[in-house]
Amino acid sequence: MAAPVLRCCCSGRRWAFACIDRGSRHGRGAPTGSWFCGKRGQRSVAQQLLSAAQKLRKGEHEWTAVVGLEIHAQISSNSKLFSGSKVHFAAPPNSLVSFFDASLPGTLPVLNRRCVEAAVMTGLALNCHINKKSLFDRKHYFYADLPAGYQITQQRLPIAVNGSLAYSICTGKKQSQVISKTVRIKQIQLEQDSGKTLHDDFRSQTLIDLNRAGIGLLEVVLEPDMSCGEEAATAVRELQLILQALGTSQAIMADGQLRVDANISVHHPGEPLGVRTEVKNLNSARFLAKAIDYEIQRQIKELENGGEILNETRSFDYKLGCTVPMRDKEGKQDYRFIPEPNLPPLVIYDSASLPANADPQQVINIDRIREQIPELPSVTREKLVQQYGMLPEHSLTLLNEVGLLEFFQNVIKETRAEPKKVTSWVLNTFLGFLKQENLAVSESPVTPSALAELLNLLDRKAISSAAAKQVFEELWRNEGKTPAQIVSEKQLELMQDREALEQLCHAVMEEHPQVVMDMKKGNPRAINKLIGLVRKATLNRADPTAMFHVPPPDAEAEPVEADGRERHTPASPHPDPAPRVLPPRDQQRRP
Amino acid sequence: MWARAVWLGLRASVGGRRGFTSQAGPQRSGRITAEVIEHLERLALVNFGSQEAVASLEKAIAFADRLRAVDTDGVEPMDSVLEDRCLYLRSDNVVEGNCAEELLQNSCRVVEEYFVAPPGNISLPKLDK
Repeated sequence: MAAPVLRCCCSGRRWAFACIDRGSRHGRGAPTGSWFCGKRGQRSVAQQLLSAAQKLRKGEHEWTAVVGLEIHAQISSNSKLFSGSKVHFAAPPNSLVSFFDASLPGTLPVLNRRCVEAAVMTGLALNCHINKKSLFDRKHYFYADLPAGYQITQQRLPIAVNGSLAYSICTGKKQSQVISKTVRIKQIQLEQDSGKTLHDDFRSQTLIDLNRAGIGLLEVVLEPDMSCGEEAATAVRELQLILQALGTSQAIMADGQLRVDANISVHHPGEPLGVRTEVKNLNSARFLAKAIDYEIQRQIKELENGGEILNETRSFDYKLGCTVPMRDKEGKQDYRFIPEPNLPPLVIYDSASLPANADPQQVINIDRIREQIPELPSVTREKLVQQYGMLPEHSLTLLNEVGLLEFFQNVIKETRAEPKKVTSWVLNTFLGFLKQENLAVSESPVTPSALAELLNLLDRKAISSAAAKQVFEELWRNEGKTPAQIVSEKQLELMQDREALEQLCHAVMEEHPQVVMDMKKGNPRAINKLIGLVRKATLNRADPTAMFHVPPPDAEAEPVEADGRERHTPASPHPDPAPRVLPPRDQQRRP
Repeated sequence: MWARAVWLGLRASVGGRRGFTSQAGPQRSGRITAEVIEHLERLALVNFGSQEAVASLEKAIAFADRLRAVDTDGVEPMDSVLEDRCLYLRSDNVVEGNCAEELLQNSCRVVEEYFVAPPGNISLPKLDK
């Protein structure tokens, strides 16, 4: 038996393992761990939203879409919810399984204190009411990765109810308008995860790995207060940030630690809600938004063509970009819930109700957990706005990109440059380079210290803004060199010799009499052209502010608009580093 | 094997009384419709197969139905006789696991360290080329 298996394994790349376990699909996620595919991704989601909104008005009546979510987050704990086996993402199959996880007869569940605390803390952070008494139930279904034939969950009385989750959406042409929204949280319940089912298509067999079976899950049920894919994806992102800040879940979607099911329906405003469908197994934010927007359009089309919506479960085919019905569910599921007889009610206390002489190991105090809640992302963003005068949308981006906030704070710590300058460099230049090469912050070739040093050079006017861009590009390509080394190697220091600069300016004006004529005629762009030429001639070493003050060769020619602003390209509307525009490479030429 | 299905069926009807939703519902007449049998078969992954088995199921339900003779008016139902006990909380330490070899002995088929699932309600995806 072993030999052919081994052989199969060696030629294993042919072995199509289609992992279609219901809990999650552990496919390859976005490699960078970044949320949307950069600004481009964000924009396309916004565009989809826009087109979705237009299409919603297409038919005779307007349509309103209603979206609710069920989110499963794996609790970050050492051991499982009811057993002492290890929780770990990648381990040899069935190595992290206890007798209880495998449902051997005679085993009993023993509740993990850490999982209860994580549920209480998450509930408090999401403004929930914590039920001092909650109950466990069995939910029955037969599936090979659920060895007991039931899942222990909290159906009747969950640990936390009636919360809310606030999130912000950027809209408008430049994503600069921030709208705050709130979604109500129906409940948070503790439950067990299932094992994983691997389908070996090649040999038509189903393989079971129980390593995941019994890991503690927080099921967070969001009320249908959202109306499109972007809202849902943004709400999930905010929840993910909160879970990560609390440390109650690592919530990495690509690892299956955060899984989302979406309930979607459409109706005419003022009329009762439509029949809903459920889209299962959404394991990336992009697919979540796409699947929801596709499903909304599908339902509208179906209804406008006189069809009807079936109350069914669908899955999202990410290759085709559409939702398809899942075949395996015929008729309504009957989960035959019963109270879990092996677990008495879970009772938790607050400081007022705490019994005297209670064993501290055996009581959970809500008030103590409330004290331990760390700073939440919304507070972090507010602080950034207040402390650094940052725009709200910038604080959103800093937190949404994994590791970017830490990078920013490290730069701020080491530089004398103004926070606004740092924000601009981190969000435009640095993030632009990352996006262009599809890298995560942790994979950046430029360290926070290097950027801080570069910004110091810029701050004390040792180099021009355009030269700084060039230095940044060098830093990106040559790891190990400091900005100062690059500046001296490439001779990028700002020209301090005023006379030389004046001579150069005059020479340029003489060479381009036509442009000088234009300028005299009052064309405000002409001076930019001249400045651009001088900069090119000096390899970005000329200070544009100084150039404005170069006295004209004859008294009539005066700068039209001496605003002293540095301009990267003539007539550029942005005075500061233009986002996602790389410095031209031909600046290597000597004058 | 079908005894398990009967047991589940019983539980379903008991569950129905406790306020859990159950499609099967209690069969007061003692006769079980073909639809209910089909539903039970699907839930339990068991084929009743013969009229005999169905008759046996009906007998078992009738037996359990005698519970209904007990007057429970005004009696608060309990989940368990232990429901007033404290729920013991375990500290979050890893103390089990690493026994794949032992566990896999329970499986009649094994591939590497995986269990091979018996054919059941898992529909295998078609091999697409």
